[in-house]
Amino acid sequence: MFVYADNAATTAMSPAALEAMTTALRDVYGNPSSLHQKGQEAADALAEARATMAKYLGAQPREIYFTGCGTEADNWAIRFAAHEGAAKGKRHLISTPIEHHAVLHTLAVLEKEGFEVTYLPVYDNGVVRPEDLEAAIRPDTALVTVMYANNEIGSIQPISQIGEICHKHGVLFHTDAVQAAGHLPINVVEQHIDMLSLSGHKFHAPKGVGALYCRKGIPLKPFIEGGAQERGKRAGTEALPSIIAMSVAFREACEHMEENARKVGAMRDRLIEGLSKIPYSRLTGDPVNRLPGMVSFCFEGIEGESLLLRLDLAGICASSGSACTSGSLDPSHVLLAIGLPHEIAHGSLRLSLCEYNTEEQVDYMLEQVPQVVRTLREMSPVWAHMMETRENPYKD
Amino acid sequence: MAMGYSDKVMEHFAHPHNVGIIEDANGVGEVGNAKCGDIMKMYLKIEDGVIQDAKFQTFGCASAIATSSIATDLIKGQPIDEALKLTNQAVVEALDGLPAVKVHCSVLAEQAIKAAVANYYERLGQPCDVSKCAACEGGCCGHDHGAEEE
Repeated sequence: MFVYADNAATTAMSPAALEAMTTALRDVYGNPSSLHQKGQEAADALAEARATMAKYLGAQPREIYFTGCGTEADNWAIRFAAHEGAAKGKRHLISTPIEHHAVLHTLAVLEKEGFEVTYLPVYDNGVVRPEDLEAAIRPDTALVTVMYANNEIGSIQPISQIGEICHKHGVLFHTDAVQAAGHLPINVVEQHIDMLSLSGHKFHAPKGVGALYCRKGIPLKPFIEGGAQERGKRAGTEALPSIIAMSVAFREACEHMEENARKVGAMRDRLIEGLSKIPYSRLTGDPVNRLPGMVSFCFEGIEGESLLLRLDLAGICASSGSACTSGSLDPSHVLLAIGLPHEIAHGSLRLSLCEYNTEEQVDYMLEQVPQVVRTLREMSPVWAHMMETRENPYKD
Repeated sequence: MAMGYSDKVMEHFAHPHNVGIIEDANGVGEVGNAKCGDIMKMYLKIEDGVIQDAKFQTFGCASAIATSSIATDLIKGQPIDEALKLTNQAVVEALDGLPAVKVHCSVLAEQAIKAAVANYYERLGQPCDVSKCAACEGGCCGHDHGAEEE
């Protein structure tokens, strides 16, 4: 059996998005900046895509800027807000230690430029507490940037409350909603969101296209200079086929959000329940407030890369936050930030589902994962060490 | 291939040779550090200066498991002196190469053998000049040598 369970990394394109994209690639080849009919056809398609994105975010079309990816949107929003703040003498930023690197590395650059960043605690469930934010805001705070939902452990942040606190204090609020968009309800007005980043390929659109929502009235400045595309804010000929495909995929995801969440959530819960029976395993992230498709665990006594590759040999595509899989020497910053020791964080596994997964695949994973964990434990000196003082659950 | 591993690495990872412990081993060495994500424990049964049997337990990535497997294959039946000459380069070559970021795992196998031989000499009460950490790259790591702690 083949199981693709790495949808937090990227998703397969939806048939409707693929169809829209191929049609656009073939037929809608005009440049939206051209005045002739072929250009106007493209400009109309671009406007329609923008209106669709806006509609499902609760925004206005003029507040949507298409980008090359979620990372670009994050870089753009954060650097803009920081520099805008600095012009008014505000050089303090607030974030969390579990953000995506698109945010964390941008913040690190700003710290080198002299900005000060407060990283809010996220506790063992990976969730920010509004009172900590309230206490961290200062008169010189230029921006609060907190992700909507985490890409490794699935914890969902109290975005509305965070937005409300920011606005009470007159601080700009940006959220990296790359994992949330298309999966969780978003309304930028009701949730007091000033800027929001999203990426198409996390909801069955192609790779290489994302968007930044920036509330009207915020004097957004360009990050990429050049032509007058995107109302002069983001130069470069629009990737129209990708943008169209993203809007189609986004509409599809938002219109079927409840139904998908119910289906995917049920599979997630069954997997979590089954994998929790593996001895010395622990669910990572918030047990309740988590992304519908996110199953994330740590298994003591084994290392994540070997777990991942053994599952791959069994046909299951998964992910891990171990050092070996990240190519660095430390395990995932997210797992360390929620207080897991290195030894345990090395044994992490992420299975991220979508509506294309099936109950049969869940059955197969429930059969394979415990077996692979056991096989690796049986050759692990760390496990052997643990079993010197505890009862071995695998003793037949 | 996954992570840029050779077919040979994947073969030894999927079906490792010599996994387990030797109950009456007379040389045991453990190197690595769980914090860094890899620990290798080597068991040797040495008779008349020859390694009659070698087994291992490894906590680590695919390359750590594959290098343990092939290193134990390579030293079985070898005189101690020959086994000690096994370099990490030889281990890497026997696996048809390792990705650059994984080469430190092959160093771990070399170190595990040396630690186990050193332990054999210690048990005999013989002076031992086996360098346990001649080639240790440090890495994460500054490898704690488990055998020394025990």
